Parts: sequence; structure tokens; C-alpha cells
Amino acid sequence: MDSAVTGNGARQVMDARAIERALVRVAHEILERNKDTEQLAFVGIRSRGVHLAERIRRAIQEIEAGTLVPFGVVDITLYRDDLDRGLQNPVVQGTDIPFAVDGRRILLVDDVLFTGRTVRAAMDALVDFGRPQSIQLAVLVDRGHRELPIRADFVGKNLPTSLGEQVRVRLAEVDGQDEVLIETVRER
Amino acid sequence: MAFTQRHLLGLEGVPADEITAILDTAASFKEISERDIKKVPTLRGKTVINLFYEVSTRTRTSFEIAAKRLSADTINISASSSSTCKGETLADTARNLEAMRPDAIVVRHPSSGACHLLARHLSCPILNAGDGCHEHPTQALLDLLTIRGHLGRIAGLTVAIVGDILHSRVARSNLHALRTLGATVRLVGPPTLVPPELRALGAELHTRLDEGVRDADVIMMLRIQRERQSANFFPTLDEYAQYFCLTEEAVRLAKPQVIILHPGPLNRGLEIASAVADGPYSVIMDQVTNGVAVRMALLYLLIARSKAEDALEPEALAEPSRRRTGGRG
Repeated sequence: MDSAVTGNGARQVMDARAIERALVRVAHEILERNKDTEQLAFVGIRSRGVHLAERIRRAIQEIEAGTLVPFGVVDITLYRDDLDRGLQNPVVQGTDIPFAVDGRRILLVDDVLFTGRTVRAAMDALVDFGRPQSIQLAVLVDRGHRELPIRADFVGKNLPTSLGEQVRVRLAEVDGQDEVLIETVRER
Repeated sequence: MAFTQRHLLGLEGVPADEITAILDTAASFKEISERDIKKVPTLRGKTVINLFYEVSTRTRTSFEIAAKRLSADTINISASSSSTCKGETLADTARNLEAMRPDAIVVRHPSSGACHLLARHLSCPILNAGDGCHEHPTQALLDLLTIRGHLGRIAGLTVAIVGDILHSRVARSNLHALRTLGATVRLVGPPTLVPPELRALGAELHTRLDEGVRDADVIMMLRIQRERQSANFFPTLDEYAQYFCLTEEAVRLAKPQVIILHPGPLNRGLEIASAVADGPYSVIMDQVTNGVAVRMALLYLLIARSKAEDALEPEALAEPSRRRTGGRG
């Protein structure tokens, strides 16, 4: 049933091969921009950013013959700015940064860049662990509509959307298959 | 994620999935206390009042550290410095505190049920930090987190709780939660201090230490509360120690991987031998560390939930005194 057009008006905008190609391209761009992997470290934003960070890191390992850069996970739940806004209690799954952040060039990875609030929260979380030399941002999809002055350094796909649409990234590790869907949740 | 409690008044009747949700959240909070910067901004701008009508070092400090690590502001009020000395009732004190708009109140009180009384009068979340001989839910939750951390599960374990069961709110909270999560609970102590009614709550009762701890996975020692022993429940402290002090010899009767808990403060040589308290099976310091994580989790869950409720039910603001009253229990 999971073909190009699924139920409920969801439209597939990336399939498994498109995601794979985008991530490999992003891996090349990261290497090109950073020249080498010295001091580089990946931090995935829970939950799907973690799997994307792991994939880009593996792609870099293949390109650079064995270089496996350090890898951490950040849970932004405790850094959100909407505790008072009536959202459901989100589950706290914990942050795990198993390397010293000081002086590192951190590559933050997430699935969708939208308002920028998640990335803001992730940066706040990161600087609580030390002073990175720099933070770069890689996302699979940039759907626009920023509410904060934040932009991505590496983008898998620019996807113009309206505010009434929802972008869903599904990954094999958690959802059983790789695809990016766009669906209309309300007229705007 | 199931967490629906408005207050934490006790663990009696709290379902297993809610207890597990608290423990899971607490487990993920432990990492914050190991950072160089031991603080997250989650409860910035929130105020937590610690209202303590009994002396406490460990619990009050633990709650205060927990609130501060979440960036909440904390105010400590102890009975000796409060207007209770001037004859104010508990409910009046609480109403006045609530008029100052705290986001949560942590209460310790010598009377059983004091927290329930406050929960009926106030709309902000109440956390029971020990009420009389009734319950001490955060202590039981940190015990559960410690057991789960060391043994990987709660269900199916045999837990021996040893000492003055009669006066122990720690024992009562643990009994409720351990039974809910599927552990076997043995209550061990002299007959005068092990109320037979607790059998109705699913406990096995033992009056001999060796029988009580044999093949146990967990031994939880209780403090002999000297301040509550005026009615001669046992002849002398020496005689109590002779029969119920947890020695290395008694520990050998339990399972080889047994863990030993104690809520503190320790009466060394009375209920627990120093060699045991400081020995390889003791997880007493882990309990203290886990206490901060459990209290962080509860403050987070209860305050976040109450804010979500405020946002979702603006019409309820018309009747603030009728909002969020009672909770469970």
C-alpha cells in the first residue's frame, strides 16, 4: 500500500533511493566544507535525527576509508520553550554526548527544519556541555517557515510547503521503511 | 507515556504504567547530575515551595537540588520559623502560600493525611515528602529506581522490608508500589511492630530475621525511629539489635547477588551492622543519587502537566478553587 500516493491524501516526495542519494551528497558536502574530519563530531536530535546522523557518519566512513567520527544524541525535551503552551508531556529519553564538546566542530543533524525552535533548543542543550568551536546544521528536509534566525548548512531537499501541510519523514530504523511524505492537515 | 497524576500524595492505587513512566523519566534525568553544568532550563521561572513541618536533611536537600537542577526557584519553609508557631492552621498557611502563586508545593508533615488535606484546598501540585505514618512516595520511587537499576526489573523479585513496619511510611509506600509492579514483599520485624492488617495488602509477615531474608533479592532496612518508641514496642535497643540487626551472617542467607537498601539516617549497630552498610551489597549511596533524579522527574511531570491543563482549559480559570482538587486518593 505504501506507494507514491498513500491514503489520507499523503503524497510521497522522497523515496528510499532519493533519501540515500541526498544523504551521500550531504556527506560529501560536509567533507568538502570541513576539509578533514579532525575534531568533527555528529550530534543527532532525537528521534529521527539520530538515525540520519548515524547514516551520514557511515557514508563519511565509506568515503574516507575508515574514519568514524564521534557521535552523540541530544534530547531537546528539557530545552523546549512550550511547557506552558498545553502540549502533551513529551517523553524524556535523555541526552548522551560521550565526548568532550570543547573545541569540537559539531554537526547537528535533524530530519525536518521548520520553525527553527527545535534547533534553537538543541544548540542550548549542546552549549550546556561546553564550548564547541562551531556548530553546523544538516537536515534531510528544509520546509521553510522559520520563526527564528536559523538556517541549515547542509540540506537534503528544499521542500516548499504551506503552513497547512505536514511533512513526515519515515525511516526504516523506526518506521519500517524510508520515505518522506507531505500531507494536508488543514486548509490555510 | 502514561502520566495522569495531579499530585503525588501516595503510591496506593497508582497504576503500574504510571509508576513505570515516573521511573523511566527519572532514569533519563540521571545524566543531568553527571554533567559539568548540572542544570537544564526546563522549569525556569517556576517556583517550588518546600514546606517542612518535620526535620529533614536528606529529603529536603534532595528536593531543593532537584528543583534547582531544573532551574526552578525554591523556597524552604520549616515549621519552627513559620507562622504555625503563631497558631495558624495548616490550611490557612497553605492558602496564603498559594496566593503567592507557587507552581508546586512539597510537604512533609507529622500527621498522616496532611498532604491530602492540602490537595483539597489548593490548585497547584502537592508532592508528599512524608506524612506521619502514612506514605513517603518519593522514597519508595527512588528505592524502585535503585532496584531496577541493579537487578533490571521489579516483577518477580522477593523484597524483605525489615524493622519498624508499624511506624514506617517508607514501608507502606514501598509495599503498595512493589505489589503493583509484581514483587513479593515480606515484612519482617518483632510482632509488636508488624501490623497483621498489612497481610490484606498482599504482604507476607515474618517475625524472624533469618526467615525473612532467606533467598531474598532485596533487603530493605528501616531506621528504628527512636522518637516513636515511647510505648515499649520492644524491651531495649540492645535486645532489638540482637534479633534484628542486619549482620554479614544474615546477609549470607539471601540470594548471592542481593542488594541492601536503607533510607537513612543509619543507626549503625542497631538495625544495620557497619560492615553491611559499607559492604559490597550496599546500594545506599545509589539511593541518595537516584533520589535527586526521581524528584526531578516528579517536579517536571507534575508541573508540566498542570501547565498543560491550564492551557487546555482556560474556562476553568473562572473557578480556580475548584480546579485540580483532590487528585487521586
